[in-house]
Parts: sequence; structure tokens; C-alpha cells
Amino acid sequence: MVGSLILRGLIVGLVAGLLAFGCAKLIGEPQVDKAIAYEAQRDAAKGEAPSEEIVSREVQSSLGLLAGVLVYGTAVGGLFALAFAFVSGRVGRIGPRGLAALLALAGFLAIVLVPQLKYPANPPSVGDPETIGHRTALFFIMMAASIATMVGMVNLSLRLKRRLGAWNAALVAAGLFILIIAGVQLLLPDVNEIPDDFPAVVLWRFREASLAIQLVLWAGIGLGFGWLTERSASGQFRFSTPARAH
Amino acid sequence: MAHLTVEPVSIPVIPVRELLPWAILGGLVMLLAIYFVGSEQGATSLINGMYVHEFVHDGRHLLGFPCH
Repeated sequence: MVGSLILRGLIVGLVAGLLAFGCAKLIGEPQVDKAIAYEAQRDAAKGEAPSEEIVSREVQSSLGLLAGVLVYGTAVGGLFALAFAFVSGRVGRIGPRGLAALLALAGFLAIVLVPQLKYPANPPSVGDPETIGHRTALFFIMMAASIATMVGMVNLSLRLKRRLGAWNAALVAAGLFILIIAGVQLLLPDVNEIPDDFPAVVLWRFREASLAIQLVLWAGIGLGFGWLTERSASGQFRFSTPARAH
Repeated sequence: MAHLTVEPVSIPVIPVRELLPWAILGGLVMLLAIYFVGSEQGATSLINGMYVHEFVHDGRHLLGFPCH
């Protein structure tokens, strides 16, 4: 049962990854190119030789991008399926499509949006190679805190549901989530390594593109997985309509 | 048959005991895959050189991982 769910997650992740790749190619790559052009210009102005290419730009922006996004998408799809297998039946009475959509929303918020609000995606030429260890640690600390808070608040809303009703319980939990995340984000140090003359429009468009790619991926996984799970009524993992089981 | 669709749906619950081996094995493999796209040859390195970093370079930037 778990195996077939994971397989479904991997396949849905792969397909959603293809959609995300299309998005990355269409709106992400133009910004990467502009950032690299800025870097080349800056290096030339300083009289430095352009940095050596181990993998050509053509490969990076096609095969490399495709491989990176597909591997990431497939793995996220598989992890999503594991999370789905766990929450199914444990978070109240909700069908597979609704559950998958809500789980993807929670995942996108906790894993992508909240960490990105504190430590947003940066195009090439933004970021000091010396501080990569520090920045990576902060990024994953932020992500871990955000995932933990999300899990905690979902639990809280389930507990409050009987006393406050579903809507009010969810609102209380959401409000607390925002408060805790705001506190964590205020406590964690800021990172700003953007060169003074880096074009603001490129930075903004790049970050928009990054969020759009993730949004396409997570929406694809949540909606696709729910649809397939509902459809597979003949499979072992079925949301059946038994004859008066309760 | 139409009345079937409005009946309450029974939601299957998978016991944690059944879930755990999948979560440990599968979870590890999938996290490792994400690590290779997101962080290998950045903050930490399992393989020498910069080839992995350079190959997934654009994806790493666009997916929002810290890079360089």
C-alpha cells in the first residue's frame, strides 16, 4: 500500500517537475543569463579573467537544469507521498483530493515560502563564496523551524476543532503560526550580500521566477496526486464507500 | 448509483509500523537526492571537484538553495 503510494508520488513528482522545468526555462533562465552577463561585466571591469567553465552554459541551462529540477521534483513527490500516507485518516474526514491539495499547500508554505521570505533565492553573482556554509546552515535552520511550526500548528488546530469548530480552530492555529514564524525570522540574522550596483529588476524577477517554479511544482504534485489517488478505486489504497461501516 | 457519492467516505489509516521502514529507507534516498541537487559541493562535499555543483548550477539557484 505504502509502496504504491510512493511510486505514485515519484511519478507525479516527475511530471510536475517537467512542468516546473518549462516554467524555469521560460521565466527563470532569462534572469540567470542577465545575472551572468552582469558578473562578466563586473569581472571585466576589475580586469579579472572570466571564471573557468567546468560545465558549459549551454549544458547548465538545458540538461543540467532539467536534471536538477526533475531529481528535485521526483524526490519531493516521493516525500509528499510518505507524508500523505501518514496524514491520511489522521487529520479528520477529508477526501484524497482535498487532503492532497491541503498537504501540498502546507508543504509549499513551510518548505518554500516561509524560508524564502527570510532567505530568498539569489541569482548567480549574488552571494559571497566565503559564507556559503553559514548561509546554508541558516537556510536549513529556518526551514526546519518552519516545518516544525507547521506540524505543531496543524496538531493544535485538530485538537481545538471540537471546542472551537473547524474554522476558528484553523484561524487560531494560523495566527499562532504567523506569530511564531515572525519571532523566528526576527531572531535569525539577516543575510545581504547583494552587490550595490546589481540590477534590482533582475533580482526581483529572479525571485519571482524561483517562487513560480516551486508553486508550479507543488501545485502539480498536490493536484495530480489527489486526482490519481481518487481515481485508483480499484487499488489497495482505496477511499471506499462501505455499506454503513459506522 | 448516484447516491453512493454522497455517502461518507472511509479514510484508510496506515499503521505507523507499516509506514516506518518505507519512511526510513525511502526518505533517506529522497533526501539524499535533494541534497545532491541543493547542497553537494557547496557548503559540504561528498565527491571531490565541482562537477555536480556546476552541472545542477541553474536548478540550484532557481529552486532557491544557497549557492556559491
